[in-house]
Amino acid sequence: MKFLPLVIANLMRHKLRTILTICSVALALFLFASLRTVTTTLASGSEVSSAQRVIVQNSTAFVIPLPMSYANRLSSVPHVQSVTWANWFGGKYGDGKKFFAQFAVDPKTYLGMYPEYSIPEDQKQAFFKERSSAIVGEGLVRAFGWKVGDNVTIQGTIFPGDWTFTIRGIYHPAMKEYGDDAFMFHYDYLYEKYPDRVTPGWYILKIDDPAAAPVVMKTIDDQFRNSNAPTKTGTEKAFAAGFASMWGNVKLLMSTIGMAVVFAILLVTANAMMMNQRERTSEVAVMKTVGFSDRRVFGLIIIEAAVISLTGAFLGLGAATLLPIVTGFGEGGFLPGFHVTGGTLAVGATVALLLTVASGIFPAWQAAKLPVVQALRRVE
Amino acid sequence: MKIPLIYNLRSVRQRPVSTALTALGIGLVVAVFVAMLALANGFVAALVQTGSSDNVLLLRRGADSEMSSGIPREAVSIISASPHIAVGADGKPMISPETYIVINLQRPGGDVYSVANVVARGVSERAFDVRRNIKVIEGRRFASGQSEICVGSKLSGRFANVEVGNVLRFANRDWNVVCRFTANGSSFESEIWGENEQFQNVFRGQGFQDVAFRLKDPASFDEVKRTFLADQRIQVDAHRESEFYASQSELLGNILRVLAIMITSIMAVGAVFGAVNTMYAAVSSRTPEIAVLLTLGFHPRSVLASFLAESAVIAFIGGLIGCLLALPINGVVTSTTNWASFSEIAFAFRVTPTLLLSGIVFAVVMGVVGGFFPARRASKLPVIQALR
Repeated sequence: MKFLPLVIANLMRHKLRTILTICSVALALFLFASLRTVTTTLASGSEVSSAQRVIVQNSTAFVIPLPMSYANRLSSVPHVQSVTWANWFGGKYGDGKKFFAQFAVDPKTYLGMYPEYSIPEDQKQAFFKERSSAIVGEGLVRAFGWKVGDNVTIQGTIFPGDWTFTIRGIYHPAMKEYGDDAFMFHYDYLYEKYPDRVTPGWYILKIDDPAAAPVVMKTIDDQFRNSNAPTKTGTEKAFAAGFASMWGNVKLLMSTIGMAVVFAILLVTANAMMMNQRERTSEVAVMKTVGFSDRRVFGLIIIEAAVISLTGAFLGLGAATLLPIVTGFGEGGFLPGFHVTGGTLAVGATVALLLTVASGIFPAWQAAKLPVVQALRRVE
Repeated sequence: MKIPLIYNLRSVRQRPVSTALTALGIGLVVAVFVAMLALANGFVAALVQTGSSDNVLLLRRGADSEMSSGIPREAVSIISASPHIAVGADGKPMISPETYIVINLQRPGGDVYSVANVVARGVSERAFDVRRNIKVIEGRRFASGQSEICVGSKLSGRFANVEVGNVLRFANRDWNVVCRFTANGSSFESEIWGENEQFQNVFRGQGFQDVAFRLKDPASFDEVKRTFLADQRIQVDAHRESEFYASQSELLGNILRVLAIMITSIMAVGAVFGAVNTMYAAVSSRTPEIAVLLTLGFHPRSVLASFLAESAVIAFIGGLIGCLLALPINGVVTSTTNWASFSEIAFAFRVTPTLLLSGIVFAVVMGVVGGFFPARRASKLPVIQALR
């Protein structure tokens, strides 16, 4: 500890150089953490999904609906506790620039299925009672300035026409990953108002025992295999993972870039550290002459590298953590639940430690094994 | 008098390790820059090339994608009678009423939920003439009334059972793959084509999703648009095919481009810091040398120019390394879901000469920016003090 002033004095020798090096490390870790957060956010859907929920889709294509009669047949499958269904509405609001999901749902069973959407009891009852009402997420309230009681008109693209709903409730997701920008309204309203027949887009089942999921899935798919609308059943988790996989190689791309960034900055920092030490050869020789052991010299240089890397890491990771909070990027709907996870911070910190070792070890080793007599010759 | 460039080249060679590290750092930044823009380029190109400007795509009024559109059979017969549709050599109108659906094909190696949404487009036989850029490269077109399909060339290798002669099963039916086609790199190459009457039955029942036709007179698009809008019997909007597909790529294309610029500009700042560090160190280790140059009578401005040139040389080498690193990515096929159409499209990275040139320019700019302050310090050295 008593050598701390010495380390600080060394760092202050070239203030600009130290600041620049710290800044490069900070930028690298900022970028690294942000890119990694994109991939963790994409994958987060499957991590938070409930193991108790099972989804039933049309196996031919998910856009093809399933018959209404399946509701009864699904509820009689062993282990199934409750059944609900939903439809993708796919409408546009205003100029259509801001995309958000609209679902036609069976209100009571749907909200029972998803306790993650927390909504005040009085608003919930008001929503249940009124057929043309809707509930919306907090994110939409922020984006459009809606409030309870507003009438909102949405233009249908799949179900053409103007659809007007009255907002009766605002929900708050228990976890960020569930998203706070969904718009939900009564399935019955869609069914009655649309001239053609509407049937559920998909079913959601709750099973009593997650371990029974494979059996339930097989029973259901076997039951409908030769019908007009064969099904594909899977856990919510599996569907969420499948959904994330639709991004294709984006994940790989992000991690490749992340690696390139870290590697590029590693080069730059290691370079700066090495140049720094080269200039101080004679100084190290003097230190050794006055009695600093090889090990101590080694340690001092490593600590110097550590101060630079860790300060940079602190700034970079801190900025990455604050970014979505300050800018509201995660609320934009593009990547709901965008936030830096603890895992990312841990990986970032590990990178900083590796950087310390990689950039400090060579100059430190050189300084430690420096032959004093030879080096002193150059001291003026 | 100017200091010759050879002086800089030689002094760069004096410090091979730190020069190489700086150049490599800049090279990586340039490589990421080129690769990311090549990705955005490739994606946009794939969708912009989809469709041609003398084709018209009709969608249901208000529909913003082919998937949400729907056109009933009766409307199609009204549309077919339009005088604006070009007539083929056989005297029949060049029109293709199409069904459009995304089916999920399992990714090889993944579980049943790891799927890609692939477009299954039901087309009329005319579609191959309406879309000029479609070329059957293997096999023959599907025959009417048969369970036969053609697959886009980009599907091959990415999914199982999509080669000519294979049997692909979807929608509870077996389909013989009878041909493989290219479409000039466009997103049609990521699609499966079959006969519209066949697909209609197994998918969504009656009706089509859109109607594509060739204009008799390419200049008459505005008139066609007005005519269809005025027609009370049918509810359709006319889109220029090329513009429609370009608009489908707008969102994701922009995201990719913004991402590319954001990431590389942050990286560039880091690399400039690196260059500044290297050049400062170069200046301070060469203080006596610079003093000699100044004593010899070189103008401080020449010293400034010389150090800038040195930094630019290092950056230029870095730029070359970066371009070389990024080159192999050219033509690599990748894929992602285009959320505007909810279908997976495959596209190739496109590294163009312009892109490489901008990569080099970018590198040199980084070098000059990074070299400026150290160079200025060098040119302002107090000679007497430095000579000691």
